Amino acid sequence: MRRPGRENTESQRRITRRGLILGGLQTGVLGVLALRMRFMQVEQADQFRLLADENRINIQLIPPTRGRIFDRNGAIIADNVPSYRITIVREQAGDVDSVITRLAQLIELDPDELERARRDLRELRGDTPVTVADRVSWSALSRVAVNAPALPGVLPEVGLSRRYPAKGDYAHVIGYVGPVSERDLENTDAPEQLLRLPRFQIGKIGLEAQRENLLRGSAGTRQVEVNAAGRVMRELDRQEGQPGADLQTTLDNSLQGYCSARLDGESAAVVVLDCDNGDILACASSPSYDANLFVRGISSTDYRALLENPYRPLPNKAVQGIYPPGSTFKMVTALAALEDGKIGLDETVYCPGHLTVSGRRFHCWKRGGHGNMDLHRSLRESCDIYYYELALRTGIERISAMAERLGLGVQFDLPMTSVAKGLAPTKEWKLSNRGEPWVVGDSVNAAIGQGFVLASPLQLAVMTARLATSRSVTPRLIKSVDGVEQPTGHGEDLGLNENMLREIRNAMFAVSNSNRGTAYNSRIVEDAFRMAGKTGTSQVRNITATERAGGVISNKNLPREQRDHALFVNFAPFDTPRIAVAVVVEHGGGGSTAAAPIARDITLQALYNGDPPLEAYPTADRPAVKARQEQFRRTRPLPDAEAKDRA
Amino acid sequence: MSYLEYTVKSTPTGPGKILYLNWPLIILLCAVAGIGTLMLYSVAGGSMSPWAEPHMKRFALALAGMFVVAMVPIWFWRNISLLAYLVSLALLVAVALVGIEGKGAQRWIDLGFMRLQPSELVKITLVMLLAAYYDWLPMSRVSRPFWVLIPVALILAPVALVLKQPDLGTSILLLAAGGVMMFLAGVHWAYFATVILAMAGGVFAVIKSRGTDWQLLENYQYRRIDTFLNPENDPLGAGYHITQSKIALGSGGWTGRGFMQGTQSRLNFLPEKHTDFIFVTLAEEFGFVGAVSILGLYALILVFCIAAALSNRDRFSSLLILGVAVTFFLFFAVNMAMVMGLMPVVGVPLPLISYGGSAMLVLMVGFGLVQSAHIHKPR
Repeated sequence: MRRPGRENTESQRRITRRGLILGGLQTGVLGVLALRMRFMQVEQADQFRLLADENRINIQLIPPTRGRIFDRNGAIIADNVPSYRITIVREQAGDVDSVITRLAQLIELDPDELERARRDLRELRGDTPVTVADRVSWSALSRVAVNAPALPGVLPEVGLSRRYPAKGDYAHVIGYVGPVSERDLENTDAPEQLLRLPRFQIGKIGLEAQRENLLRGSAGTRQVEVNAAGRVMRELDRQEGQPGADLQTTLDNSLQGYCSARLDGESAAVVVLDCDNGDILACASSPSYDANLFVRGISSTDYRALLENPYRPLPNKAVQGIYPPGSTFKMVTALAALEDGKIGLDETVYCPGHLTVSGRRFHCWKRGGHGNMDLHRSLRESCDIYYYELALRTGIERISAMAERLGLGVQFDLPMTSVAKGLAPTKEWKLSNRGEPWVVGDSVNAAIGQGFVLASPLQLAVMTARLATSRSVTPRLIKSVDGVEQPTGHGEDLGLNENMLREIRNAMFAVSNSNRGTAYNSRIVEDAFRMAGKTGTSQVRNITATERAGGVISNKNLPREQRDHALFVNFAPFDTPRIAVAVVVEHGGGGSTAAAPIARDITLQALYNGDPPLEAYPTADRPAVKARQEQFRRTRPLPDAEAKDRA
Repeated sequence: MSYLEYTVKSTPTGPGKILYLNWPLIILLCAVAGIGTLMLYSVAGGSMSPWAEPHMKRFALALAGMFVVAMVPIWFWRNISLLAYLVSLALLVAVALVGIEGKGAQRWIDLGFMRLQPSELVKITLVMLLAAYYDWLPMSRVSRPFWVLIPVALILAPVALVLKQPDLGTSILLLAAGGVMMFLAGVHWAYFATVILAMAGGVFAVIKSRGTDWQLLENYQYRRIDTFLNPENDPLGAGYHITQSKIALGSGGWTGRGFMQGTQSRLNFLPEKHTDFIFVTLAEEFGFVGAVSILGLYALILVFCIAAALSNRDRFSSLLILGVAVTFFLFFAVNMAMVMGLMPVVGVPLPLISYGGSAMLVLMVGFGLVQSAHIHKPR
């Protein structure tokens, strides 16, 4: 290549110039790199050496402390207790089998747990601690600690575990926590690292599950130095997580305990509401089960026993169970007709014991009939014909609308599992769900809370509270979150005619306090605490014409699952209502005999805030009540904390 | 300075060429490769396999390749530079179509006897082509816009193809090397000022575009930037590499922990310890002294290259030597800055030390061109 000399020289000069500039820049970069190296390797060397020297650095999650759950007075419902466990690290143990043999001589090892541990020791990475004994006692833990030199690779560990001191009393409302399952992980969009910690517990059901986000808190991290065997030597850095929020419920520990005990042996549910603000003071479902069983993962035998129990311990009958409300629904029918102007307060309807509607005969529970019935007497004596007549006059739409105003067929937003909506049926509902048109007989059945009408004990308690206060009281379960008070369910005025409501309340008072009332036997005789209520008995079978002709078979002659459900709702004290109660006893027979006494006992217990004096009961009941009180005191000793308070 | 006629007659021929090789440069390269073998022996836990031995063999092969390239007259290389460029560009297109995927990127072509990484090849062919272009272009036109746009297009074509693989590290290297070539050739200052300003704007746009539907980089690249800016945020996840790398580097101290005594690399805390992060092992085991020594060796290689370039009066030769030197410089500077936490982790190997065939072969071919230019310079 030849080129005129001048240009070539010029170009070479430029390349030289720019090459030198570039060389300078490169020198600069090299200088920066060397300085950075000096900074890291000389100035900061000690710090980095510390991080790397001899030890490895591990970053571990610190599981947050789960929020605790209290009753309205600060008694603990769900607590975190230290739980000790023994783990083995394979790498460190060497001969795992001989270590386990030595360990078995010191403490008792559960065969199931041990088998699982052996499998994990085979399959998991060598530096993973595998639990061989969970929930060991302090003394067992110290025996292991003392013998540590003979047990290489065995590490005692301390963690927090959930404990429910009241065992079964809150199993349905509060629920329980349990180990994270594969299904739990699948159901979460982006499972936190936390959920993958071995033995981390999350809420499975009830409040524990519904308010998992509040209770869980968030994990912290810590950087630890571990030696070659994986044992933590010291902590280098710690970022604290956020502990879960403490929840205070509206429940009353002693009342809840009493309710559980009182329902014992029945398949039943009770809800006690504070009339003023809707606080759920007690919410029990019977039979119950020990929530602590689920915390570590229930054994299959225990779980099968719960599943196969004919009294169905698992569902929360108080909010999840829906029943035909029976005669407790009559206040709804009455109010609907009164408001519609289809009947006057004093107007009477004649009850001959039966009523024929479009060719079908509907019976009153009293074979011979009640004679002339007005609102007061019909409710007091629970005449059915009067309400059949009202249903014919006012129609299902108005009745169902009134039911919804009073809280039936409405799903309340409560942090419990499967809160039932119940059903206040309408013509449209039947057509779209059953594919059949509404017939007038359906209205007649609905008038006395049979047929399609369904309500949970919770809804019946809400209905009673609304009748007692004329306000749309709504139930509330959480009183405060970390000390922050939650809005109450005081509610606005329902806009119902006060005269009509007063008449209904008076009739409910007569149910309990007039000697012609259906619940007279279960009255309260203490004047300040007299209650107003309504019995209900809901049929679970059809009575055929032939049976009716030969006399209806009484409940005690029927197999249990064909007996009627017994219901009772009440509020008390009559003059200034404080609480509303609803009791359902599945297949208990009549509302007045099976449900009313339970409701009365619970009402008194709530109003006296403890065992009531015998004088509050009718004379005839006193010996039985006394015996039961003594029995309860034997079988349910007061919790330690409470005993101390009283001392 | 008088112009010396550039004639074939005055250049050495035959075996005599060997005497005119730049021997100090060859010795330096061998020294660096030797250190590489030593480090690969160390990271394998004191074993020649799986890395040290193949590394040595490849270097021997690459050295032989360098000699072959050096023996061929430099004007031959100048004359085929356009062809070489086009071939490597075609290979890049081929890799996009039939390439082998690895680690989330499509970078290799399987030739049967070896896996070729065309993105490595293009580093040299681009430098060759740009040198040839400016050798051909009269000085007076160098800064004319049209004649500036042509090399820009020549640079951007392979950059775009490499970016698609996706390989951010190599595309940055190509862009930088190409830019430096233009700078050396004497393109006017104003162009570079404009580009630097535009780049600042571009960085701004890249940051702004994140999360919108016109997002300019892949999510993993954004994550690398995040990690770079704040590795402590996610010490178990994305920041793991850089955190562990810094710990290893810093814990080396003045004189290091001793050969084969680096706990970080021994205990497998270091990621990619035989490739991109090998410098960390070196710094951990030989300390500041060792790390600066390597830096010194690299600097010496640069010095010899620049000296060779400036003493060469052939324009193509000068530009080519400086281009190869700059590519070499970018390799080790980016790699070191990356492991020291001064730059995002972009995946650039440490030249002649990191385990990897394509990169080493291409660099040695580059040095072969440097030697050829040196032997066949106008005398």
